[in-house]
This record gives sequence, C-alpha cells and structure tokens, in this order.
Amino acid sequence: MSDLHNKTTIWQKFHIDFPLFCALFTMMVASLTIVYSASGQDMDMMLRHGTRMGGALIAMIVLAQISPSTLKNIVIPLYLIGLAMLVAVLFVGVSSKGAQRWLDLGVTRFQPSEIMKLAVPMMVSWYIGRHPLPPRFLQLIGGFVLVLVPTVLIKEQPDLGTSILIASSGIFVLFLSGLSWKLIGSALVLAIPGGFLLWTYGMHAYQKQRVLTFLNPESDPLGTGYHIIQSKIAIGSGGVEGKGWLHGTQSQLEFLPERHTDFIFSVLSEEFGLVGVILLLCLYLFIIARGLYIAVNAQDAFGKLLAGALTLTFFVYVFVNIGMVSGLLPVVGVPLPLISYGGTSMVTLMAGFGMIMAIATEKKLLLK
Amino acid sequence: MLNRRPTIRDHSAEANLFARRAFISFIFVLLLVGVLGLNVYNLQVEQFETYSTRSNENRIKVIPIAPNRGLIYDRNGVLLAENQPVFNLEVIPEEVEDLEASLLALSNLLNISEQEIAEFRDEIRHNRRFKSQVLKARLNELDVATFSVNQHKFPGFSIEARLTRHYPYGDTLTHAVGYVSRLNKKELNELESAGKEQNYRATHDFGKLGIEKYYEEALHGIVGSQRVEVNNRGRIIRTLEMSPPTPGKDLILTLDIGLQQIAQHALKDTRGAIVVMDAKDGGILAMYSNPSYDPNLFVHGISNEDYRGLLNEDRPLINRATQGRYAPASTIKPLMAILGLEEGLITEQTHMFDPGFFQIPNVDHRWRDWKRWGHDRVDVFKAIEESCDTFFYDIAYRAGITKISDFMSQFGFGDRTGIDIHEETTAILPTIDWKRSRFRENWWPGDTISVGIGQGYWTATPLQIANSTTILVNRGIYHQPHFVQVARQEDQVEQLFTDERPPVVLKKNRHWEIALEAMHNTVQKKTGTAHGAFAGTNYDAAGKTGTAQLVSIAQGERYDAKKLQERHRDNGFYVGFAPYKDPQIVVTIVVENLGGGSSTAAPIARQLMDYYFSANPLPEELTSKGKKS
Repeated sequence: MSDLHNKTTIWQKFHIDFPLFCALFTMMVASLTIVYSASGQDMDMMLRHGTRMGGALIAMIVLAQISPSTLKNIVIPLYLIGLAMLVAVLFVGVSSKGAQRWLDLGVTRFQPSEIMKLAVPMMVSWYIGRHPLPPRFLQLIGGFVLVLVPTVLIKEQPDLGTSILIASSGIFVLFLSGLSWKLIGSALVLAIPGGFLLWTYGMHAYQKQRVLTFLNPESDPLGTGYHIIQSKIAIGSGGVEGKGWLHGTQSQLEFLPERHTDFIFSVLSEEFGLVGVILLLCLYLFIIARGLYIAVNAQDAFGKLLAGALTLTFFVYVFVNIGMVSGLLPVVGVPLPLISYGGTSMVTLMAGFGMIMAIATEKKLLLK
Repeated sequence: MLNRRPTIRDHSAEANLFARRAFISFIFVLLLVGVLGLNVYNLQVEQFETYSTRSNENRIKVIPIAPNRGLIYDRNGVLLAENQPVFNLEVIPEEVEDLEASLLALSNLLNISEQEIAEFRDEIRHNRRFKSQVLKARLNELDVATFSVNQHKFPGFSIEARLTRHYPYGDTLTHAVGYVSRLNKKELNELESAGKEQNYRATHDFGKLGIEKYYEEALHGIVGSQRVEVNNRGRIIRTLEMSPPTPGKDLILTLDIGLQQIAQHALKDTRGAIVVMDAKDGGILAMYSNPSYDPNLFVHGISNEDYRGLLNEDRPLINRATQGRYAPASTIKPLMAILGLEEGLITEQTHMFDPGFFQIPNVDHRWRDWKRWGHDRVDVFKAIEESCDTFFYDIAYRAGITKISDFMSQFGFGDRTGIDIHEETTAILPTIDWKRSRFRENWWPGDTISVGIGQGYWTATPLQIANSTTILVNRGIYHQPHFVQVARQEDQVEQLFTDERPPVVLKKNRHWEIALEAMHNTVQKKTGTAHGAFAGTNYDAAGKTGTAQLVSIAQGERYDAKKLQERHRDNGFYVGFAPYKDPQIVVTIVVENLGGGSSTAAPIARQLMDYYFSANPLPEELTSKGKKS
C-alpha cells in the first residue's frame, strides 16, 4: 500500500489522476496522427494544433490544482459573468460563418459559450448539491432555469451544437442527483409536442434543411446531403483494416468536407478501418468509466454531480459527433472530442478533466 | 433563506443514489456506444462493397485521349493538311475568384471582343464549373506572351495548347481535300446509331467535305484513354493507367500540288473547273473548281458574315468538277463517232455533205452547224477535227436515243464515277423513260439531234468527261478515278483502290484508233480546232474542244456574245491527253461563259501539260503562294 502510495506521489502532488491522464495523452497522440493526415500533411496546422494541445494540458493541470471547495466559491461569479457575455455577444458579437458567437476582447477573440460549458454544470451541481439528494421539485425548477437561460441564449447565436451540449450537461446533473423517474417519463411524453413546437417555431431554415437531408441524404447529393454521403462513403470504404494512414482517398482527395474538424472521425474510419474505430471507442469508454468512477468516489455531492455531468457531457460529444458523421444523427456542428482540430473546445474539455482530477485527488488527500 | 430547512444529510443514501444513477448512465453509454459500433460495423463490413465502389467512382475517372488526325500529303510528299498547335485561353470558372473583374481586366489586356465574352458566358452557363472553357481561341504569339507575363494575376486562367487542322494551301485545295469543323449534334447522332460514338469521346473536329469527309474513319484513328485519380474539383492527381490512342492514317494523294496551283492560277479570272487525271491509273493529279474559298475559315467556326459571303451567285461552295452539270458539248464527239462506227451507221470511208445545217425528213426545223456555211464534204476524221455538228446530228438521228444512252453509260455518263469524295452528282444521260418521268412527255426524234453534239438534255460533270476520255485513251480499260493513292500508318501502307469495272469492248479495236487519231489531228493539223493552242509543244498532244450554247438561238439569228448577258454566253471545253502514243495524262477544262473552247479552255490545258511534261518549276508568281499561312 505504501509502495503504491509512494509511486503515485509525483502525480498526486500535482493532483493528476494517472489512468485518466494516460488515456487523455493517448487520445492526443491519436489526434496529432489523424490531423496530420486530415490536414494534408500541413505542418503549419500541426504546429497550431500542437500548441493548442499544450495550452489545453496546461489548462488541465492548472484546474487540477484548484480544490473543489475553491471552485464552489467562484461558481456564482463565473456563471453570471458567462451569462453577461452571452448577452453581450448577441449585441456586440463578431459574426463568422453566419453565426454571432465571438466576443472581441481586443487581444483575442473568444467564445463565451465555451465558459458556459463548464459554468453551467458547475452552477447546477452547486445549486442542487447544497441540499440533500434527491432534490425537491422547487429546486428542480430552479435547476432547469439555470440550464435553460444560457441554452436559449446560445441557440440564438445560433449554435445548436453547443446549446445541446450545455443543456445536456445541466440535465445530467439533475438526472444524477436523483430526478424522479416519473418526471423523466412525463418529460419524455412532453418531448413529442415539444419537438413539434421546436420544429415549427424554434429552428432556422438551415437547421430544418439539415434534419431533412439527414432523413434522406440522397435527395440532395450535391447540396447539403453531400457531406453525409461523402462521409458515409469514407467510413464504409475503410472496411475492417482501413486504407492505411495517409492513404484515405476520400480525405486526401478532398471529397470529404470539414475533414480535419467535424468529420475527422470519417478520416480515421477510412484510414484505420473498423479496428481503429473499435480502439477509439474503447478509449472513450475507458475515459467515461474512469470519470464516472471518480464521480462515484467523490467526497461530496457537488464533486459527484460535477464530475459525473462533465463525464457524461463528454460522451454526448462523442455520440453526437460519431452519430452525425455516420448518418445516425443530423449534422450539427459538434467536434469529435480530443481528436478534432480546433482549439477552444479542446481547451474547455481538458479544463473539465482538470476539474475532474481535482475532485478525484481531493478525496485522496483527505484519505491521508 | 436557503438553509431554512434543517438538513441532516444521509451521506451514504445519497452516495448510493448517485452510484445507482451513475451506473444506469454507464449502461446507457454502453448501449449507445454499441449502437455507434454496430452502425460503423454495418457501413464498414456489411456495406463495404457498396461504399468501396462509390469511393472509387469518386476518385477514378477515365479520360479519353483524342487520337491525332492523319495528315494528308500530295504525291510528292508535300503536306496539304496538317495539325497545328493552337493556343487557347481557357478558364476553369470554379477557380476564379471574381470572374467579372478578371474578364474586364483581360479584355483590356488581350483585346477580347464582346462577342467572345458573350459566347463564353453562354458556354459556362451550360457546363460544370470545374470544366475548362475556351475564352479566346487561337491566341497570337503576342497575346500568349502578354498573358504569360500577367498570368499570376489571373488564377484559374491558363493557356492550353491543342492540335487543330490547318490547310497551308488555303483555297487551292478546298473542293478536293475539304475541311474539318466542329463535330455537331447531327453527326454525333449518326455516330451513335453506327455505334461509333465511343471513338469520338475526345474528338472535337469532324470531316465535313471532300477527302476529309470521305476518309473520316481512316483519318480519325482510335481514341485512347487514361484512368486517372482526381480530387473533388476534378483535378488530376495522378495517372493510374494509360492506353494511348492510335493516330489516324496518313493519306498520300495522287494530287500534284504544283499542277493544282497552275490550275488555280489558270482559272483565277473565271468560273470553271479543271480535272487532270493520270491516264495510267485514274488518279486525280489536279482538281480545281473556281471560285473557291479558304477552308481554314470553317475549322474554327465560320462567322455568319463570312458564310453569307460564300452564298453569292458564283456559288463557290459547289465543286464544279464533280457537281457542275454542264452540257458536255463537242467533247463527246469522238465517242459519238465510235458509236456510229460500232452501229455501222458510218465507216472510216463514209463521206457526207454538210450544208451548214441538218434537217429531219419532212420537218422544216434546221439544226445548224456552228459553221454557218457548213464543212463541205466531211468524213469521220474531219468531223472530229473541225467539230462538224451536222455529221453527228445525222449519227444521233439514225442511232436513236436508246442506243446513245446505252453506249454512253458504258463510259460512266449518267452515273457517279465513285471518286473518293461524296460531293458528286450523276448529272443526266437522258433516256426515253427519264424524260417521261421527269417531264411527263414523250421523247421526240428532235430531242435526239442535239444530244448528238452533247447538248439538249444531256449534262455531265467535268469529272465524268475526264473519266470517259480516260477510258477512251486506254482503249476501253477502266481505271477508277481516285484521290488517295495509299493510306499509311507507321510502316504499313495500304492500297485503297482497285479497278473493278469491266472494260468497254468494241466490235473492232480500229474504232478506238479512228477516234484517237482524229483527236490527235485536232491538235496537230492546221485545220484542227486546238491547233493554235498547242503549237510548238515538245510533247505529242491530242484533244477535243467544245463549246456549249447556254441559250438557244432563234431560227435565222446568229450567236453574238456581246448581245448576250454574261451568264448566257457560251461555256468553253477542252478534253485532251498526251503523249498521243502512250497517254499519261488526261486533262479536262471547263470555262464558264467566256466563249468557245479552242480559245478559252485549250490554252489552259496547254499550260498544265507544259508543266507536267517539262517538269518546269512553278512560275515565279506561284512559288510564293505555297505555304501561305
């Protein structure tokens, strides 16, 4: 016991959960490998990607040093600042690709929705965790409001993918806190007319189009259906063993759109085949299992709920992205977590894992 | 406010609750990962074949490669139709950022006309945006240089070299060699129904006239192809497989470009046609029809204005040598004489008195001789030498139309000669049936009289006249008239023509000699109609003049060229051959509306023969004309 204890000292000293770190590190190596291929061996892109990974690792390590009790103290200001910036984005935000998601801070441009990816589960976990579980009805209402406000604000930018992720992070807190099955059942029943209302009033034309072409991609093979068709061709033509690294024709010859970002799973499937896909899914499962394990063993309700919600949200990323590129779900802009090229989401995710590690190590420190 | 309720938290119950929820969540996660995995399994294993095929369809394109069209040479190896690289300014619309701005800048730089831009806009509307489109065809060297210097300012624009047909001799050979032009929809449909469209996948041009049309298949060659890997914009990344095209066959003509140029020069001021045939094998040594036009105009698409210019009353588009229907006039008198001899209507010794006209018994109408006061006593030799009309009126009258047309059809009249260009007419060798179906009228004995001197209903093409003369000088042996000597592909040489028709057999071979001797006299005797034109040649020529009236002169009136409109004046003819003893060439000349053959056509024949037999270099004024660009 003491040997083990001594062995883990260095990791413990920096509040790093060793198994989780190993899995994340493997993921990053995989990401570099695939982005190198998907970018068409673009070294500039590799450099930027590597730099962001470094930043993400630092964010993780920094967050891991902040104890959950300190986090609790900054939850409310963080949430409120995030909310204020979301409102600001709607009025003074910078547009890019038809959506107003960016806030120009002079030095750098910044997406406030990224803060909310962490702030919402933190806020709801804190709010629900202050009381015994399961929460009472009024608390649930309060929790829902805390989730709903930023979700609506982000959907208005519009950014459907992120708003889904943020809504699910909050809802996972409620579910993990013991939301009664009756309520879950009624919510599902209400979801059907709700979905109808969303379709009629809540969705932009381009989003409806995405859903329609998702249902029948071949109806518009050169237009919006093109992405899905080419992606499925890439995945399917990979076969069991794949076409080999750097030899995916769909990706290397640019038939695949957005191949280094949202559709990077298709590149991996094409070049590494079913074997690569299974390895990737196993790695994700391991990270999720480890995250839930940490959550179950966390010291208090806040830690449990936050670690659990962050872990499950991470899975939502995985499911939505793989589901959309393989034709199970409509195309919403969600990257493949830890693999896709693109900085902010990776930094946010790793910061989340930093918090999970802080929760994990808090317990161990107390055990001493 | 939040701490109003006393909270005694049951930590282990909460931990259990959370653990249960976390476990349930993980079960869900496993289920959903299972769904993802199964879906990918379905795509990669179950549907692998489908997607693999579609992936290959995406990246692999088969690009046809056009074969190089065969070249056309004259008998001495002079190039008559060649493939020239031209430089086109082409655009891939997809790769241009601001098309309008680029077009504006380029039209200032290279002088691109509004029409070219309008046509270009039309093209890009009907084509895929990644396909290269011609903005300006046939850039000159200055434009190529100007663009090359500025190319970096115009991404998506490039200069492409392509091979197109060029006819260095321009209008000298148009009616014989013909031309190619853009393959059109109608021709494509025909190729399709013939199952040949695959061979034309990469081809732009198609033979439209003359030899280019007749030998389209041989000249075209066989399309090749390459399998290439392309990216999503259709750009070729690499070639996977290549099967090169088989170039078309080169054609070597019997034509002699020098003789052809002399023919053109001789006709430069008049409408008319010239056919020079090789008496030994029927090969065409020269064939020229005036007026002509520049075939190069058609290669790149002729402008409306230029085309309208060709639709004038001189009808340059017609090949007069094979499509012109002329009354053959006195050129057929040697054959009529043979007919008379064969039918026993005359003998070598027969003499008749020519009062200057012919009359059918009991009919008032007089068919006049060209010589008002007649030729006095005439035998068959004198009748040919001096072109006595009355002598042949008599033969024709006594032979009757059926015997005439039966006999003349053996010499190819009234039928296509089968020369290797499609532009050929049968003209008319009249028969009783023909007149009945054409005019719903009976054949009158009077109709036969003028046929006897190659007029009336009888029409023939200059080529038919040349062909019949070639049969005559070969004593009945037939040689198929043809342009193409051999087709050549690498080292293989292919003879294209055989003389299949049976010879014309006479009852007495002496009858050939009578006609030929008379033709010899026509040139060599002082009284012969062609004597003047051939005085002092160093070769022994023979021939026959002809003059065709285009309007009938009323009874009792005289032909007066000055009174007649230009287009109603006589056509002049000459058929000749040389050397008399061993004929090598047969020359046929038709000159429209300039008067009698002995003064107009015979001198042209002399020029051609002089060139042929002396192997003279071309006259100075013609040497500079070769290879005009």
